[in-house]
Amino acid sequence: MRAAARAERPDQAVTPRAIGFEGVTIEFGTPGQAVFRAVEGADLSVAAGEFVAIVGPTGCGKSTLLNAAAGLLTPAAGQVRIFGAPLPGLNRDAGYLFQLEALMPWKTALENVAIGLEIAGTPKRAARDQARDWLRRVGLAPFADRYPHMLSGGQRKRVAMAQVLIRDPKIMLMDEPFGPLDAQTRLIMGDLLLRLWQENRKAVLFVTHDLEEAISLADRVVIMSAGPAARIIGDFPINLARPRDVSEIKLMPEFQALHRDIWHMLKSEVLKAYPDLTMGEIS
Amino acid sequence: MNRAVLIALQISVAVVLVLAWQITTTTHLVGNPQDLAFFFSTPGDVVRQIWTWFATGSIWYNLWITLEESILAFLIGAFAALVLGFWFARKPRLGAVFDPYVKGANAMPRVVLAPIFTLWFGLGIWSKVALGFTLVFFIVFFNVVQGVREADKTVLSNARMLGMNERQLLRHVYLPSALSWVFSSLHTSIGFAVVGAVVGEYLGSAAGLGYLIQQAEGMFDVAGVFAGMFVLAAFVIAIDYGVTLIERRLLVWQPQLHGGS
Repeated sequence: MRAAARAERPDQAVTPRAIGFEGVTIEFGTPGQAVFRAVEGADLSVAAGEFVAIVGPTGCGKSTLLNAAAGLLTPAAGQVRIFGAPLPGLNRDAGYLFQLEALMPWKTALENVAIGLEIAGTPKRAARDQARDWLRRVGLAPFADRYPHMLSGGQRKRVAMAQVLIRDPKIMLMDEPFGPLDAQTRLIMGDLLLRLWQENRKAVLFVTHDLEEAISLADRVVIMSAGPAARIIGDFPINLARPRDVSEIKLMPEFQALHRDIWHMLKSEVLKAYPDLTMGEIS
Repeated sequence: MNRAVLIALQISVAVVLVLAWQITTTTHLVGNPQDLAFFFSTPGDVVRQIWTWFATGSIWYNLWITLEESILAFLIGAFAALVLGFWFARKPRLGAVFDPYVKGANAMPRVVLAPIFTLWFGLGIWSKVALGFTLVFFIVFFNVVQGVREADKTVLSNARMLGMNERQLLRHVYLPSALSWVFSSLHTSIGFAVVGAVVGEYLGSAAGLGYLIQQAEGMFDVAGVFAGMFVLAAFVIAIDYGVTLIERRLLVWQPQLHGGS
């Protein structure tokens, strides 16, 4: 089945490759201690305009892989290519949506969104105008002058989205961005993300542990094995029609068939992350 | 407790204390009032002394001197601490080398420095500013180092990914983070600036609240000492209130100032 899934990858010769992991191995070491290998030999390509989700058990190194694409981490072996060129340091083409709170608490929503343009040299007035427009697009126009602590978790996440997207990055890296939110807010955020992405397609690498979220959003779902030394073990194309309605899509038979297939592979890996539980107790 | 009741109770504490003081020093209830008045003065004399100071206007000059010394001590001390604190926090090796010296200098009782400062800077305001500086500097310094080191890792990574260079990180992330720590200790550091000024004046000067108190003490004028203490207390409360107002403006972004919303 693995081979079959791989064969259906989008043709890389036609669409340019936005992100390419080539045999990427990532290790963490503290002096005097054994080296911890988080990710081993990861090969993965994301085409320009393609939405790829990485799913794997807790602690499998999904975020580590994302940080390597961002240039926040340097691989111990292999390399990351961005639009064909090896990544020299921080990835300037990428926007990164973090799982944790990443807004500057001392700046208002508007200032947080505008900052990416301001530091790049856009005049303040123009940057603020664009930021206002982006806040409107994420439905937060009335909250421009609020500080992050005065906003709800979902609102803060939308500000963060606007903050990243205003720079118009060619690549979006998303690290379980909706993880801390409640189930209903996650659906709304998923819809918002897809709507924005539909308007201006970027290459997206979206890390999540939620398989339903991955299938409803992505063009391809990539499965990682349980860590340590996690590898990429599955690659499933998601041929569901777009535009999608994230809250409705789960009811479609195609969705359920895909979910069944992928979960079959994922389940055994998830269980490896809990070695003290037997198979019978979970399923 | 509602606000009116609270204020009424706060005022009644003062009334009871002043009443006890009045009774002790003007009746035979506790002992000979003449003896007691020599040691404790009387509320009437103290009020008369304060009244004279304000009526003749002589107090304003002294208040101004103390205020000037405190503000200079705070500004210079805070600025130096900000610069050096940043340097220390961003260059851990440098910080490690100087760490014992910083700790040692901070452990020194500042009063012993007063004679040196008088020798170096004379009897004018600068020896008091120097004394206040040594107190303010360390409070702000440790807060800056902490603030820079504790700058949120996710916020930093995010700022980097948004394209900030080192200088922009300093301005948009490290500085606000450090300042939030400095502001949270603003009451303490400004309070210490006043302490430095007053103690310096007390030990040798020609003007200021500390000078007034020291002069009165030299003449066994207990009413003058108490009057000076009351004016000083009112002065500190006024400054503290001013700091609260500044804080509210500067730290609007912090949740705890809004009742943890």
